[in-house]
Amino acid sequence: MKEKLEALKENALKRIEEAKELDVLNDIKVSFLGKKGELTAILKGMKDVSKEDRPAVGQLVNDTRAAIEAALEKETSKLQKKLREEKLKREVIDVTLPGEKVKMGHRHPNQIALEALEEVFVGMGYEVVEGPEVEYDKYNFEMLNIPANHPAKDEQDTFYINSEILLRTQTSPVQARVMEQGKMPIRMIAPGRVFRSNEVDATHSPSFHQVEGLVVDKGITFSDLKGTLQQFAQEFFGKDTKVKFRPHHFPFTEPSAEVDITCFKCGGTGCRMCKGSGWIEILGCGMVHPNVLKNCGIDPDEYSGFAFGIGLERVTLLKYEIDDMRLLYENDTRFLKQF
Amino acid sequence: MNTPISWIKAYVPDLDCTTQEYVDKMTLSGSNFECYEELNAHCDKIVVGQIKTIEKHPDADKLRICQVDIGESELLQIVTAATNVNEGDKVPVVLAGGKVFDKESDTKEMKIKKGKLRGVESFGMFCGIEEFGAAKELYPEAPEDGVYIFDEGAQLGADAIELLGRKDVVVEFEITSNRVDCFSMIGMAREVAATFKKPFHKPVIKETGSGEAAKDYISVEIKDTNLCKRYVARVVKDIKIAPSPVWMQRRLAAMGIRPINNIVDITNYVMEEYGQPMHAFDLSTVEDNKIIVKTGEDNTTFTTLDGQERNIDSSVLMICDGKKEIAIAGIMGGENSMVTDNISTLLLESACFDGTNIRLSSKKLGLRTDASGKFEKGLDPNLAMEAMNRACELIEELGAGTVLQGAVDVYPEKREPKKVPFEPEKINGLLGTNISKEEMLAYFKPLELEYDEATESIIVPTFRQDLECMADLAEEVARFYGYDNIPVTLPKGETTVGKLPLKIRVENIARNIMEQNGFNQGMTYSFESPKVFDKLGFGEDAKERKAIVISNPLGEDYSVMRTTSLNGMLTSLATNYNRRNKAVRLYELGNVYIPEALPLTKLPDERMKLTMGMFGAGDFFTLKGVVEELFDKLGVANTEFMATRGYVFLHPGRQASIMVKDVVIGYIGQVHPEVSERYGIEEEVYIAVLDMPHITELADFDRKFTPIAKFPATKRDLSMVVKQDILVGEIEKVLKKNGGKFLESIELFDVYQGEQVKEGYKSVAYSITFRASDHTLEDSEINPVIDKIVAELGKLDIELRM
Repeated sequence: MKEKLEALKENALKRIEEAKELDVLNDIKVSFLGKKGELTAILKGMKDVSKEDRPAVGQLVNDTRAAIEAALEKETSKLQKKLREEKLKREVIDVTLPGEKVKMGHRHPNQIALEALEEVFVGMGYEVVEGPEVEYDKYNFEMLNIPANHPAKDEQDTFYINSEILLRTQTSPVQARVMEQGKMPIRMIAPGRVFRSNEVDATHSPSFHQVEGLVVDKGITFSDLKGTLQQFAQEFFGKDTKVKFRPHHFPFTEPSAEVDITCFKCGGTGCRMCKGSGWIEILGCGMVHPNVLKNCGIDPDEYSGFAFGIGLERVTLLKYEIDDMRLLYENDTRFLKQF
Repeated sequence: MNTPISWIKAYVPDLDCTTQEYVDKMTLSGSNFECYEELNAHCDKIVVGQIKTIEKHPDADKLRICQVDIGESELLQIVTAATNVNEGDKVPVVLAGGKVFDKESDTKEMKIKKGKLRGVESFGMFCGIEEFGAAKELYPEAPEDGVYIFDEGAQLGADAIELLGRKDVVVEFEITSNRVDCFSMIGMAREVAATFKKPFHKPVIKETGSGEAAKDYISVEIKDTNLCKRYVARVVKDIKIAPSPVWMQRRLAAMGIRPINNIVDITNYVMEEYGQPMHAFDLSTVEDNKIIVKTGEDNTTFTTLDGQERNIDSSVLMICDGKKEIAIAGIMGGENSMVTDNISTLLLESACFDGTNIRLSSKKLGLRTDASGKFEKGLDPNLAMEAMNRACELIEELGAGTVLQGAVDVYPEKREPKKVPFEPEKINGLLGTNISKEEMLAYFKPLELEYDEATESIIVPTFRQDLECMADLAEEVARFYGYDNIPVTLPKGETTVGKLPLKIRVENIARNIMEQNGFNQGMTYSFESPKVFDKLGFGEDAKERKAIVISNPLGEDYSVMRTTSLNGMLTSLATNYNRRNKAVRLYELGNVYIPEALPLTKLPDERMKLTMGMFGAGDFFTLKGVVEELFDKLGVANTEFMATRGYVFLHPGRQASIMVKDVVIGYIGQVHPEVSERYGIEEEVYIAVLDMPHITELADFDRKFTPIAKFPATKRDLSMVVKQDILVGEIEKVLKKNGGKFLESIELFDVYQGEQVKEGYKSVAYSITFRASDHTLEDSEINPVIDKIVAELGKLDIELRM
């Protein structure tokens, strides 16, 4: 019996050692330890063993089983590890192959610039207000200190529907509408589409966008305007941006200014983008003209305010170095996908 | 406004700075410079030399050897190919090391070195007027071709560049429309003097005229005093037409104005100097010795001095004599009264016409002249007499004629200086500064703004029509105090909360959904051609054709405000198609303009439309899925896609209205192949248009948590045979209606027609999920529900498939 077990163990261990596959190991397991296995058969022969020898033989059987199981387990895990390694080796990929992209769409560059502007001003406590694109002459001109036959009306090359209704040439009428409601203080920006009869070319379009801002409150000063726009410029174009105010003229503001910022490409040393001057004209602004306040029912002796207007396309073209405005309205996906 | 610095210095002689300092400071005081041109940028070392001897070149027929005296001890030998020079001529000599303008060269200049021409040494070059970088027509005395020849008085060795008035810088300033006074040398010089705090020497005009009185030669009547504020006429006899003096010619040349003769040059000169256009008539052509200023007659024509026939109507102001029209006021004179070389008596006009009228007439006539450009800005009527007297002074000074005594001056309503209250504390309050009253007054003085202590106001001269109120004075203070020096502060007072309106927030979410689904944002114009309605296949009575028409469009293609966003989208898709872009997906958020009635009496309804369009990949259901995703994210519930044939521009069998309850909030479908072909797209195009005002109203961001199911679901698959014309939407309605309280979801997993399904039928299969939140469902709870569903489906002639 003892010899039989020894022989069986030896045979088993030898076969285990020689096994090269998990299936073979499993077969070995079945053939020795399975229900019809050799060890089980021996165990069945226990009834023939004398009573006093049974504990010792039982122990021997158990030891044999344990030895076979341990060998099986060891060899199985060894084989598994080997197989895993082989699999991993097979699974090596070329990580430099291109990634598979989810085909996301893209926002229009104008929209990206607009949202960036909105973010800055909303952060500064401004409300975003919209208004009609087809507008009354009254809001677009008259209330803004541009009376009938004012040369500025020609300068802006207005599209008219009839003598009273036109396509707004600026988003300032939205400001007039808000001022007219008389809720103080006012801190708002009015983004939107505006129209002027410009022939289409690389730098002109009959339809473009403006973002105009307005602050009206007691004691608003030109120095507040300077501070506000400087803060805006630094948040929008970078903290090292410098701002230059040049006197200018707009009918709806007095005093008025045009604002240049240090060129964001060269930082002010002069490059092609700023035509060597180091400065880029970015917006027009000024203190709301007392006539405008009066026209909107606000007492200019009590309140004052400032307004500014940014050409969205101008910012977009500069920011992305786009050299032809027409690209903005063609909607070629090869263009749109760049932003 | 072009201003040669030399001319400005005639009034501000103490001006002393570099060109860069000049333009920078002027810009900061309100005269924004556009650019400047150094007239001598490409010229150097050119002196006046006299040709002493000319010999033939021994080895070249076309070359000659000149010995030239340039005022130094030794003569200079120059070999020249010029044919127009003779011994004794004084010519410009470019010395070795100097340079001339060369329009052929990239650098626009040519350097002159000493060298040998066919073996003979040459130490420089003679040059012509164009080699100074000047246009020949500005120097009428220059020969047609070849070397410029100075007159005999020219100093040998003198700087030829300076002598020709080319040692100058012409600065172009951008003048804003409120500063009419700055469209003149004198106006600009006043600004320069104030900016640099240097004395301003305004010309002092001598009294002119003698002998007979002008009023005996001419009478003036203004019929339309609204359109002509003032008319000054003077008469000059014994006109001697001759070239104007060199100094005047040089100044005009620097301005790019071609010298013609003394009379024309004087009127041009005064126009530049004072900003007042003048006109000269040959008095012998003026019938009845009468000038009448009145509007023209409708449907008449008038021949201007350029020989062109112009259509006149009753809005155009005309200058007439006793019998006929002789000029279009403020714009151009007539051929019938123009000054010719044979003139003997001159009628000089200096008038003030209404700016708006001139602007409108000039536009209507399509005729813009230097004069109309000045008048349309609205001139100061007091300028008319000043300019007239200056012109007469120049006529006398130049000996161009005999100025008669006095002027005929019709000036119905004299413009007086106005007073604007001077409130220094308010000015400081507006600017956020603390500038003293005295300092402010010091800024005003050089601008000729006088302080009237008695009334505490500023007396504003009539040439500054732009100054009307405190804010205007504040700007004058600010620009001379320096915008740079104004402090930088932030608004104080109540804080406000920045925010985006719901409309924009909803639009932003829509954009995100669009982009996550591969749609790129486009932007198209709001106006389009009325032809698009035909292109889209709209019927004659379609409401879309009731579009707002622009009265002055850029052209027919941009003449109506869009009532549908389709054309913009299809045009953009077509652009992509033509450029062979594949699998294109675009969206646009833009308004359409729906008039309540035409012609427009009130503002139209501007409705923001979300328009999606695609071709090349995906179908109706791809796009429908995007729309559903959008509704899901925006919390727009109870949407239905109703099959319809109502959209003529869509495929009749592939279109749906998108409804919420009974309201149409949009539509979706395949573009009708006829329509997409008209746009040149040979592929299936799908579009969906959603009405954003509706969507914004329906959007609901309120979400409540539903506990995550703990008990298993029970699934039942139903496979059915359905008549082809029954829509799955109807089946879903039955399932939902009869699904009972445990119905969790239904999912369509197969639609099939073809083999194994009988003709006229389709096979439709659903997987229906039931779940209870508090227990595991038993078959006995589900079976009755399924039976009910089957029974209800039976009513639609739907049978289960075994």
